[in-house]
Amino acid sequence: MINLWTSVGIWLGALSTLAIWSFLYKDNPFYKIAEQIFVGVSAAYWLVYTIYNILIPNLFSKLIADPKGNWVYYIPGVLGLMMVLRVIPKFEKASFYPLSLLIGTTAGISLLRFLKSDVLAQTTATMLNPFANANIAVMIGQIIIIIGTITGLIYFYFSKKHQGFVGVNARIGIIFLMISFGASFGYTVMARISLLIGRLQFLFGDWLHLIK
Amino acid sequence: MNYVLPLIITFLAGLLMLVSEFIPHKPFESLVSELEIWFMIISGFAIVLGQISLLKMNIFKIKYKSEGWKYCIVTLSAFFIMLLVGILWGTESQAGLLGGGERIIQSIGEKPFDYIFKYIYQHLMASMFSLLAFFIASAAYRAFIARTLESALLLVSAIIVMLGNTSVGTSMTSFLPQSLNFLHLPNISKFIMDYPNTAGQRAIIIGAGLGIIGSSLRVILGIERSWIGGKK
Repeated sequence: MINLWTSVGIWLGALSTLAIWSFLYKDNPFYKIAEQIFVGVSAAYWLVYTIYNILIPNLFSKLIADPKGNWVYYIPGVLGLMMVLRVIPKFEKASFYPLSLLIGTTAGISLLRFLKSDVLAQTTATMLNPFANANIAVMIGQIIIIIGTITGLIYFYFSKKHQGFVGVNARIGIIFLMISFGASFGYTVMARISLLIGRLQFLFGDWLHLIK
Repeated sequence: MNYVLPLIITFLAGLLMLVSEFIPHKPFESLVSELEIWFMIISGFAIVLGQISLLKMNIFKIKYKSEGWKYCIVTLSAFFIMLLVGILWGTESQAGLLGGGERIIQSIGEKPFDYIFKYIYQHLMASMFSLLAFFIASAAYRAFIARTLESALLLVSAIIVMLGNTSVGTSMTSFLPQSLNFLHLPNISKFIMDYPNTAGQRAIIIGAGLGIIGSSLRVILGIERSWIGGKK
């Protein structure tokens, strides 16, 4: 036996889904209402999440438990308030100080993270011996990876005009990039279709009980 | 002077993160872990700033009766209801101002915040993204016109990847003998994903990584100043 509140929830979910899908006909008030509910609920969800999971454990609980011992946390607290002051145009410049800390830290973290994971790790993974494997399909595949990666990078090299040797390699590079974009597009379509199937299963299963 | 101190702070924060990577000892180790907590706290306030900005924009629209102002009332109502239930009864893992919300859990099955999240937010989000399935079809119609070699490659690889991941694609080439196993659509799809796709993605990742490293250096060294209005 389904609980009354669960039934109400399923009806709310079904009506929300139909309201969003009504956009397929044309932009209409039902879609706009559902869209605005989504914006409002989403904003409040992240605000509540931030309060409970970031601000309370890292700042407020520390300052309440031991204000003198944890005096150092007044600094990010004040910087945070200076950040919020950005909503008042008169005090906009006060937000430059917390923003500078955020941007400096993010730049430092990004530089190291992308250097290690994206540049070095990916380059190391490309430096392979394709002939070390006995399987011919894997060998061809690994040669494709080496050629594709190098020519793809040549395509992204804009300091030299794409003509002659560079032009030929850039052209090969774009072929690999297009195959890659096609594959990514195919995967995106699959993901969206599976979401659509999930919605239809909810409507015809949980809501209308037409399918099990 | 207004811009000098922020640029110095940016430089020092970025430098500290870089130095701590190469000297993982005191005092850099503890300084960085402390800076990471500060970063989280200020980021938290940045999220609060975003929500205040959203509220401000909606209130102004209602105040000046701009186009579609009535929908802003819906946004604000949804926002305050979700915020209120979150603060009063808390979330699944956190107690709110009214405590753990045992009584309300007994009547509706879960906390109101989680109830709205489960039955409204999740459905709205899934429907919104599933809507893209329809629009992606019209985008595919435009993209899948094989005018050039490049667009033909895009078309072929997308179709093979899509078909190779479905039962229809599997059955289309199921008549092929075992000796021609490599021509089965799922196998061709896997080959495309494992090799040419990896090569293309790797070139993009390395290129983007180099770009991010360059931009980060420009920010740390104070060459890139657009975040403070681009002042010299």
